[in-house]
Amino acid sequence: MSHGVGDVGKLPVRKFDALVVGAGGSGMRASLQLAEAGLSVAVLTKVFPTRSHTVAAQGGIGASLGNMSEDHWLWHMYDTIKGSDWLGDQDAIEYMCRTAPEVVYELEHFGMPFDRNADGSIYQRPFGGHSANFGEKPVQRACAAADRTGHAMLHTLYQRNVRARTQFFVEWMALDLIRDADGTVLGVVALEMETGAVMILQAKATMFATGGAGRIFAASTNAFINTGDGLGMAARAGIPLEDMEFWQFHPTGVHGAGVLITEGVRGEGGILLNCNGERFMERYAPNLKDLASRDVVSRSMDQEIKEGRGCGPNKDHVMLKLDHLGPDVILKRLPSIREIALKFANVDCIKEPIPVVPTIHYQMGGIPTNVHGQVVAPSGDDPAAVVGGFYAVGECSCVSVHGANRLGTNSLVDLLVFGRSAGNHVVGLALPGKAHRPLPKDAADRTLARLARLDSATSGESVADVAAALRTTMQAHCGVFRNQELLSEGVRQVMEVEQRVQRTAIGDKSTTFNTARVEALELDNMIETAKATVVSAEARRESRGAQARSDYPDRDDVTWLKHTLWYRDGNRLDYKPVNLKPASVEAFPPKTRTY
Amino acid sequence: MKFRIYRYDPEKDAKPYLQEYDVALDPHDRMLLDALMRVKAVDDTLSFRRSCREGVCGSDAMNINGKNGLACVTNLLELKEPVELRPLPGLPVIRDLIVDMSQFFKQYHSIKPYLVNDERPPEKERLQAPEDREELDGLYECILCACCSTACPSFWWNPDKFVGPAGLLAAYRFIADTRDQAVNERLDNLEDPYRLFRCHTIMNCVDVCPKGLNPTRAIGKIREIMVKRAV
Ligand SMILES: Cc1cc2nc3c(=O)[nH]c(=O)nc-3n(C[C@H](O)[C@H](O)[C@H](O)COP(=O)(O)OP(=O)(O)OC[C@H]3O[C@@H](n4cnc5c(N)ncnc54)[C@H](O)[C@@H]3O)c2cc1C
Ligand code: SF4
Ligand code: SF4
Ligand code: FES
Repeated sequence: MSHGVGDVGKLPVRKFDALVVGAGGSGMRASLQLAEAGLSVAVLTKVFPTRSHTVAAQGGIGASLGNMSEDHWLWHMYDTIKGSDWLGDQDAIEYMCRTAPEVVYELEHFGMPFDRNADGSIYQRPFGGHSANFGEKPVQRACAAADRTGHAMLHTLYQRNVRARTQFFVEWMALDLIRDADGTVLGVVALEMETGAVMILQAKATMFATGGAGRIFAASTNAFINTGDGLGMAARAGIPLEDMEFWQFHPTGVHGAGVLITEGVRGEGGILLNCNGERFMERYAPNLKDLASRDVVSRSMDQEIKEGRGCGPNKDHVMLKLDHLGPDVILKRLPSIREIALKFANVDCIKEPIPVVPTIHYQMGGIPTNVHGQVVAPSGDDPAAVVGGFYAVGECSCVSVHGANRLGTNSLVDLLVFGRSAGNHVVGLALPGKAHRPLPKDAADRTLARLARLDSATSGESVADVAAALRTTMQAHCGVFRNQELLSEGVRQVMEVEQRVQRTAIGDKSTTFNTARVEALELDNMIETAKATVVSAEARRESRGAQARSDYPDRDDVTWLKHTLWYRDGNRLDYKPVNLKPASVEAFPPKTRTY
Repeated sequence: MKFRIYRYDPEKDAKPYLQEYDVALDPHDRMLLDALMRVKAVDDTLSFRRSCREGVCGSDAMNINGKNGLACVTNLLELKEPVELRPLPGLPVIRDLIVDMSQFFKQYHSIKPYLVNDERPPEKERLQAPEDREELDGLYECILCACCSTACPSFWWNPDKFVGPAGLLAAYRFIADTRDQAVNERLDNLEDPYRLFRCHTIMNCVDVCPKGLNPTRAIGKIREIMVKRAV
């Protein structure tokens, strides 16, 4: 561990054609393309691959297979654009919805244990915001394996990677991105957790698939490891982050525990009730009701609670009723939900409703990319110039298919579609024949300085305390409803927390599996993610999708139909246009969004 | 709440010891993992794995008052104090509650845990009858937490030769899949005095599985098919 600054020559270096950071659904879909094409590829992951948070996805994968009734990818495209509140790029959405059936069939061929219909085809359930014929009526589009779709998918992808002999670096944490003077990405500096060894992993293509950052909020459906590492690393390396103000609150997190109850419950017929036993969604979304888009349902719930119609002694949640579905449907289609409700809410949902609240769930923004997964950033006149050697896929990326609000089931399909396309793009570069670019001398300086500070600090603030302060601030100032006062104060407080992040100290100085060090390094990434979020949100003076401002209640397409780009350097903001032109079909011009 | 936790850091401890902790809990703390986080906030040198906190990722398997389980779905009300926490038995300890799971995964990999079907796939999905798909229920849900294999005496004695309950459950998951074409190779791969037949039906595995799965039943099924194949 005792490497000085400027010592890149002394750090061990391992070289690969391609490096994938992250072994969730997106990373492993990409690595499969790479390994099967015979590239030397290393996949780094903080946890054993099947422990990545994709494992927790419950409800389904969106694809217009039409197994239950007529469906069309154009309808899926329309729903996604409408769901995104027109902030999604229509060329990317077109590509995703058109390719979705193909990647789902592929996954089935890999061995995915989908539920089946009587005719042997894949079972699909209804989900929020998915409709037939451009919003006419709900459609069953979510391809499901009970309520364990993510688990089934992640294990299937891992298994397929075992077959392809993909090389995994398990319990390795990437710490920083390496770029040369031209800005080309050359790999990462990484920490082997078991030994504490720091190493440079050099590659001709580096792909981030590091997942979400839901842990910057206090109440979250996300795993502890979802700390926005990819975002932090990219931001420190000068790459902008796109649309970070847009965070999805899932309507149904278990009250108090945060654990998710899938929208599939409402897909199967579950309904939300206020303290009067009223099915309030009928008032807010007369057409799709409980299956309206997530931002709409979360806001309606928040409104009910604010107006005193919440349930329980503190009137701070609503009820999700599903007992009317009957034990057969619950045990067959929603077995894990029953388990979760029993364990985390003490209720048997076969008999009683589950107490739920809107809970932070998904980050729509991320590292800006094109449909090949190539990271893009403004350069000169080009708002989307390719950053050489750098790719991003999955929740850490922003391509942007989810815009201001993601539809349920559209993340898993995003992982598959863009994981594969990014993998294919890297394969197309014919990397095995090419040479590695030289590493700059200072490649590891920033990282070694961070590590040295943690090693030498003998007193300071506890990482747990500072992280808790960050979460409390984000929860209070970047919630379901926002306004100028809340956000300006939020920016101020987050910047204060940033000062504290610089002053943390850890008691554990061991090199062997030092989880305190890992958590301190994660905090460096959480703070970047939080800054990007609150600064972008403060600046956007309109309501669109998941960004709901009580002081600017309307969408403003004249001023704000554009993507935010946040730069770490000076907290600077820039904007770029939304792509409203699909490649092969007519555009869907913005219109008022009702469900 | 009182805890006695197994501690071992190879860099400074000549041998493992049990450390006592008494931590104040918050009324919202519900599961053992919540309490462990409280302990860690007081003593950040305590090392354990965790991620999903809802029983689906398989990270935080440990030996809790003598029985293997996941900290994140073990309710504090069920636990007798002082709660004694040890690493999963039978695997090398890296540090504190963190064990080296290589042997466990090696056995999992040894059963070829992937669908084998060399036929050209159809343009759409392969069809599978709902009844055939139901055969996979109780098999595919495994989270590879290793609670079962590290509770199995046969695995303790022969971790290099006996596949163990988790691996065998996975083997049967593919044998039972109507889409898989390698049933014979899979059976050949297990027909060995150790790989399958070291199981003495002690049922520890069933007793501890946090997902309610039944490896013993799967092992029985594999044996049945082997017998049928032999006649
Ligand atoms: C409870 C829940 C239910 C959901 N249900 C659905 C659903 O039904 N349908 C749907 O479409 N979407 C759903 N989502 C969303 C979806 O599951 C996620 O967006 C998606 O799985 C993210 O996948 P990923 O590949 O981007 O990242 P992840 O699966 O989160 O994987 C991230 C990977 O990056 C690695 N990593 C991170 N940082 C580092 C680092 N510094 N160094 C090395 N490795 C690192 C991790 O170890 C991990 O392997 C759900 C989300 C949650 C939380
Ligand atoms: S039943 Fe077999 S596999 Fe399970 S614990 Fe006993 S010996 Fe091990
Ligand atoms: S069978 Fe059960 S106990 Fe064994 S690894 Fe799988 S989930 Fe864990
Ligand atoms: S933390 Fe994932 S199983 Fe307990």
